[in-house]
Amino acid sequence: MQKIGVFVCWCGSNIAATVDVAAVAEAVKGEPGVVFATDYQYMCSEGGQSLIKETIKEQGLTGVVICSCSPRMHEATFRKTVEAAGINPYMLEIANIREQCSWIHKNKEEGTEKAIILAKAAVAKLNLNTPLIAGESRVVKRALVIGGGIAGIQTALDIAEAGYEVDIVEKQPTIGGKMTQIDKTFPTLDCAACILTPKMVDAAQSEKINIYSYSEVEKVSGFVGNFSVTIKKKPRYVNSDLCTGCGACMEKCPSKKTPNEFNMGLDNRTAIYIPFAQAIPKVPVIDTAACLHFKTGKCGICQKTCSANAIDFDQKEELITKEYGAIVVATGFNPLKPTKFDEYQYNQCADVVTSLEFERLMNAAGPTKGVLLRPSDQSHPKKIVFVQCVGSRGQSCRDHSYCSKICCMYTAKHAMLVRDKYPDTDVTVFYIDVRTPGKNFDEFYRRAVEEYGVHYIKGMVGKVEQVDGSLKVQASDLLSNDQMVLDADMVVLATAVEPDPTAKSLATMLTASIDTNNFFTEAHPKLRPVESPTAGVYLSGVCQGPKDIPETVAQGSACAAKVIGLLAKDKLLSNPCVAHSDELLCNGCSTCANVCAYGAIDYVDKEVNDHGKREVRHIAVVNEAVCQGCGACTVTCPSGAMDLKGFANRQIMAEVDAICK
Amino acid sequence: MQVNETNTVNTEEKEFTPLIVAFCCNWCSYAGADLAGSSRLSYPANVKIIRVPCSCRVNPLFILRAFQRGADGVILCGCHPGDCHYSTGNYYARRRMTLLFSMLDYLGIEKGRTRVEWVSAAEGAKFSATMNDFAATIHKLGPNRKLRDLRCEK
Repeated sequence: MQKIGVFVCWCGSNIAATVDVAAVAEAVKGEPGVVFATDYQYMCSEGGQSLIKETIKEQGLTGVVICSCSPRMHEATFRKTVEAAGINPYMLEIANIREQCSWIHKNKEEGTEKAIILAKAAVAKLNLNTPLIAGESRVVKRALVIGGGIAGIQTALDIAEAGYEVDIVEKQPTIGGKMTQIDKTFPTLDCAACILTPKMVDAAQSEKINIYSYSEVEKVSGFVGNFSVTIKKKPRYVNSDLCTGCGACMEKCPSKKTPNEFNMGLDNRTAIYIPFAQAIPKVPVIDTAACLHFKTGKCGICQKTCSANAIDFDQKEELITKEYGAIVVATGFNPLKPTKFDEYQYNQCADVVTSLEFERLMNAAGPTKGVLLRPSDQSHPKKIVFVQCVGSRGQSCRDHSYCSKICCMYTAKHAMLVRDKYPDTDVTVFYIDVRTPGKNFDEFYRRAVEEYGVHYIKGMVGKVEQVDGSLKVQASDLLSNDQMVLDADMVVLATAVEPDPTAKSLATMLTASIDTNNFFTEAHPKLRPVESPTAGVYLSGVCQGPKDIPETVAQGSACAAKVIGLLAKDKLLSNPCVAHSDELLCNGCSTCANVCAYGAIDYVDKEVNDHGKREVRHIAVVNEAVCQGCGACTVTCPSGAMDLKGFANRQIMAEVDAICK
Repeated sequence: MQVNETNTVNTEEKEFTPLIVAFCCNWCSYAGADLAGSSRLSYPANVKIIRVPCSCRVNPLFILRAFQRGADGVILCGCHPGDCHYSTGNYYARRRMTLLFSMLDYLGIEKGRTRVEWVSAAEGAKFSATMNDFAATIHKLGPNRKLRDLRCEK
C-alpha cells in the first residue's frame, strides 16, 4: 500500500480564488493510500518545496500528488523535489487544477468540485505507480543549425565559441539570409552589411563551423543527443574546391535574362551566378532552368572560360548523413507577396513595390546603385505613399491575424532615409496604429515625424489606381473622418512577415510543433522560450515569431546557450515511460513491431518460465533506448502483453474510474 | 447499496449535467487545453481531462470503461494529421476510433457521444469551443444509459 501525501497549491489567488483549496485537501484525506493532505500558498516556492521534502521524511511517504498548475509547467521541478527527499521521481502525479480548472471556471463551488475529482484521479493513478529508472544515452557533441541567416549564424558562432562543432545547412547558395538584402537597420541606421558580413566571414573561417550551402535537410531520425540527419547537397555544377570565385564565368554567360532574386526581381542575372559580392561561399551556382547548356546542350562557354576547370556539368545531388546532439531551427521568414491584394495594384503597376523591394532600390549595392528611381520609368519619385499592415492584423482569409512587429519601424526608417536623401520628396504613411515598443524605437519614430516631416495619417488605403503614369491613392483619414485621394509616384507596401514555406515540412520531420500560422512553438513562452517542446530541438529567430534584428541576435545567443548546456553533458537521462512486453502474455504475433514508428521492437527467441513450464518462445522485446513512449503498440497488442510504463492500462483505467464515480 | 440509491435519486432531481471524459495527447491537445486555461476561455466544468502521451495510447477499452462507469460522452483530442509528435500515432488513433465509434453506434451509443478532434498546442480557442460544443451536444442527447454497469443502477 502506498503512503501518499497530497499538496494543494493556492498559486496565490490564481487557484485559491475559484477553488476552495482547504476543501480539496480535506476531501482527499479519505482516499485510499492518502496519509497526509495540506494546502500551501506557493508549492513551487522554496518554502513549498521544503514542505514537501520535510513531509516526505516525517510521514515516510512513498508518493506525492501535487494539485497545482499544469504538469507542463512544473512537473520537472517537483520531480526534482521529491527525488531530493529520497523518493523515485516518477512516484509523483500532478492534478492540473489551474489551467484546466481554476482559470476556466468562475463558480467556486463548481471549481472546487472539479478540483476534488481531478485530485482523486491523480491519487487513484499514483496508487498504481511504480518507481521508474531512467536509462542513459550518450550525447553527440555536434550541433546542426538549419538556416544560415543572422539568427543561425549567431547561434552557430556562439556554439563554436564554446568549442563545439556546428554545421549550418542553408538552402540558398550563400549564407546571410534576409539581412543581406537590407540597406540600413533601425534604430541606429548603421549599415546592415557592415554588421552581417563580418559575422558571415567569422562563420566561414571558424574551424568549428562547417557550412552546407545550397543544401537542405532531407530526413531526421533519432532523439535528443542522438539525432541522425540526412542533408541533401544540391548540385551547384561548380566544384567548390577548385573555384576561385573570380567571376569570369558570370561575365561570359550568354543567358542574362533571369530575374535576380537577390534584388527582388528588379534587375536580371546570368544563369551562372553568385547572388551578391559578399556571398559565402563565393562559389557560383548554375541555374539549370536558365542555362543554355542544360536547356539545349549547346553552350558551355563558362566551362571554356574557367581557368580553374571548376565547372562540372555532371555534378550530382549528394546525400550526407551525420549525427548531431542538438538541432537548431533558424529558418526565418519571407515577406508576403501581395498578389492577392488587388486594391493596391501590385501585380499591374511597377511603381507599387513591397518594402523589401524598396529596400533594394535604396541600397547602394542594389539595381539602381542606391539612387531611388521608379521601376516604371527610372524617374525620381516626388511623392511616396507607404501603406502599413498589408496582410497583417486582418480578419479576412488573405490576411494574417498577427502583427508583423517590424513594419512600423522599417517604414519609419524608409521614410526618414528618403527625406534625408531627397528632401524635396513628400512622404505619407498610412497606418492602423504605430507600434514602436523597444529601446530607442519610439524616439526614432518621433524623429521621423518631427525632424524629417513625414506625414503620418491614421487610416487605411482602399484603392490604388494608375492614371497617366502616376498613381492615385484613395484612402481614409480616421481621425478627421475624411475620404481623400492622393497623387503618388510610388506606393510602398509593408507586407506581412510569413514563416518560411519549408517550416511546415521541417516541423513534421523534427516532430516539433508549429502554430496555426506555421511559426514554431516554444516549449513555454517564459520558462523555455528558445526550446521547442521536442527535446533537443531549439528555436532561433523569426521561425518562432516576428522579431527585429536585435531580438533575433539575442534569441540566437540564448539558443546557443541552451545548446551548449546540452552538449556539455556526457550523458542524458532518457524518458523511462516506455513500453514493455510481458513475456508470458506475448504470442509473438509482431503486430506491435508493425505499428512502431521507431523500430524499437525486436523479436527474440527466449526461454521463458511459464508457471514452472520452461520453453523457448518467440517474443517481443522493447529497446528502451529507442522507444519514445507513444503507446501505439499497447493498444494494438491483441494479447494485452504490451503496456506503457507511467501510463499503464490500469493507471489510466483508475483515472477513468475516479472521474466517472 | 443505500448510498447508491440516494445518489441516483439526487441526480435525477437535479438538472442533467453530463459527465464528459476528454483524453488529450500530451504534446498538442493537452497543451491546447492549457492555453485555453491561460487565455481564460471557459468550458463546462463537467469536462474532465485525462493526459495520455499520444492519442494512439487511448485503448478502446478505456472508452468502454468510461461509458460503463457512467460517462455521457467521451472525446479524444490529438495533434493535427501530419503533426503528431510520434509521427504517425494520430493516424492509428483515427482508424481505431472510426471502428470503435461505429461499433458503439451499433450498440446504441449514439455517434454524437463520441468524437475525435485535432487540437494543436496553439489552438486554445478551438479547444474551448470544441468542449463547449461537445458538452452542448451531449446535453441534448441526455444521459447515457447504454453500456452502464447495471449493478449500480436501480
